[in-house]
Amino acid sequence: MADSMFKATQQNVSDEHRDFLVQLLFFGMTVLLIIPVIIILCMLMWKGGPAISWEFLFSEPTNGMTAGGIFPALVGTVWLVTVALLVSVPLGVAAALYLSEYAPDNWLTRFINLAIINLAGVPSIVHALFGVGAFVLFFEFGTSILAASLTLAIMTLPVVIVATRESLQAVPLAFREACWNMGATRWQTIRRVVLPNAVSGILTGVILEVSRTTGETAPIMFTGAAFFLPFLPESVFDQTMALSLHLFVVATQVPNVPEHLPYGVALVLIGMVLLMNALSIGLRMYLRGQKKW
Amino acid sequence: MDARVDQAPAIEDVAIETRNLNLWYGTFQALFDVDLDIRRGMITSLIGPSGCGKSTFLRSINRINERLGYVTTEGTINVLGNDVYRASVNLTQLRKHVGMVFQRPNPLPLSIRDNIIFSYKLHAQDRNRLHRSEQDEIVETALRQVLLWDTVKDRLDNSATQLSLEEQQKLCIARLLPVQPSVLLMDEPCSALDPAGTNAVEELIWELRENYTILIVTHNMAQARRASEECIFMLLGKVVEHSRTDEMFVTPAQKETADYIEGRYG
Repeated sequence: MADSMFKATQQNVSDEHRDFLVQLLFFGMTVLLIIPVIIILCMLMWKGGPAISWEFLFSEPTNGMTAGGIFPALVGTVWLVTVALLVSVPLGVAAALYLSEYAPDNWLTRFINLAIINLAGVPSIVHALFGVGAFVLFFEFGTSILAASLTLAIMTLPVVIVATRESLQAVPLAFREACWNMGATRWQTIRRVVLPNAVSGILTGVILEVSRTTGETAPIMFTGAAFFLPFLPESVFDQTMALSLHLFVVATQVPNVPEHLPYGVALVLIGMVLLMNALSIGLRMYLRGQKKW
Repeated sequence: MDARVDQAPAIEDVAIETRNLNLWYGTFQALFDVDLDIRRGMITSLIGPSGCGKSTFLRSINRINERLGYVTTEGTINVLGNDVYRASVNLTQLRKHVGMVFQRPNPLPLSIRDNIIFSYKLHAQDRNRLHRSEQDEIVETALRQVLLWDTVKDRLDNSATQLSLEEQQKLCIARLLPVQPSVLLMDEPCSALDPAGTNAVEELIWELRENYTILIVTHNMAQARRASEECIFMLLGKVVEHSRTDEMFVTPAQKETADYIEGRYG
């Protein structure tokens, strides 16, 4: 009789059966999810791979953009992303520090938080139009790297703020309490204890922002990116080419482009983004290892 | 209900004096008319069941309660004759003179050396011209005071969070000492430690009593009995009894005290 006490009932068997089916279903969904990614990468490698060469990366487009390389676009993207970062990171980190470490929990703070979430949901084309109105026309920056980067910065600001705030809040409260109890001000606490321990999370957020900024097209289309401009920009008040817009142009706007060219541009673009993400993961792993608790 | 010690102590013997101390968390009143004279240079333990207001009382002395934002305090707390709720009080100065040790050891995620030097640097007038040799001396003195020097002297640059809990708690006490506080508040400082650690930290607290006024919250009746000179019993936000520890545990004056000590509730 002892044996039958723990024997599976009909109910147990059917429950376990269902559990297995559910697991199978979820696994299927996950596979479905990564198939497009794999197909995209394979297509790009296969069709764009032959286009990639040192010459392709480091020369200018020629023959009405049907031949030559992508160097001005590559450099332009680096400019746009760098200037956008110089604006959004200090602004975003400062705002996150205020919201996480200083702000009292009142209606104003809640309103700001709501605004940030909503800002993250604004479509990029709306940001583009805002950029035209505010930076190109009102501040009279013209269509320039500055106007385009500011537009990108505003678009990615919510990401920086949220990532920073989350990594600040991951630092245990006990450390802050210990500091306050020794008479440290909030800034002393932030500088000596909170920030050093949050920096890995902040950097991860920043790099993810970089990879997103790299690929954005709409916000820069009307604010600073040029259709065709075979010179390198010399200051933030110049226009520039950008990889993302260049891809759009060679894929849809220019006739008689050899097939490998747009695929090559796309491959470089996605390569930059993947490189950035890999860097972010590596950095995070390294900084996690440095943590002292 | 007269909760005061029979013979009122002379003014200069009192380290912490509270009068009509009432405290609310929002609309919930946590302390009722607390009048206490806590004597200088000895260990006073605060006992009572969970939620009786012991920690709240402790946390109102260095005003760390205010961080919560919804706390209302009425009445006075004088530390060495100075009202801590006066408008001119600077919280940094208050916390320099009134140090606090927590239930869970909370060393900062820095090296052992930096943990000790942290608060000294916060309060030093010439923090940017502090020589390495001075720092080393401060670190050594503080660690010797908590009997930790010999165990950690060869690894001062290691992270403090890798120490055992007992060592961490000693470190948390040590880091308060370089700024020469007058009062040390301890909120169940041994409750996260094993029996050996408890013993070691208790002995340390006992050693420190001559130079500091120590107020220690504890759940552990035996600890209050063996490691304090005076004892305060609180219940539902009120002080029930305050007397010499040996008297309280042998001949408690109030029935509630007797019930609690004998373990009829808690």
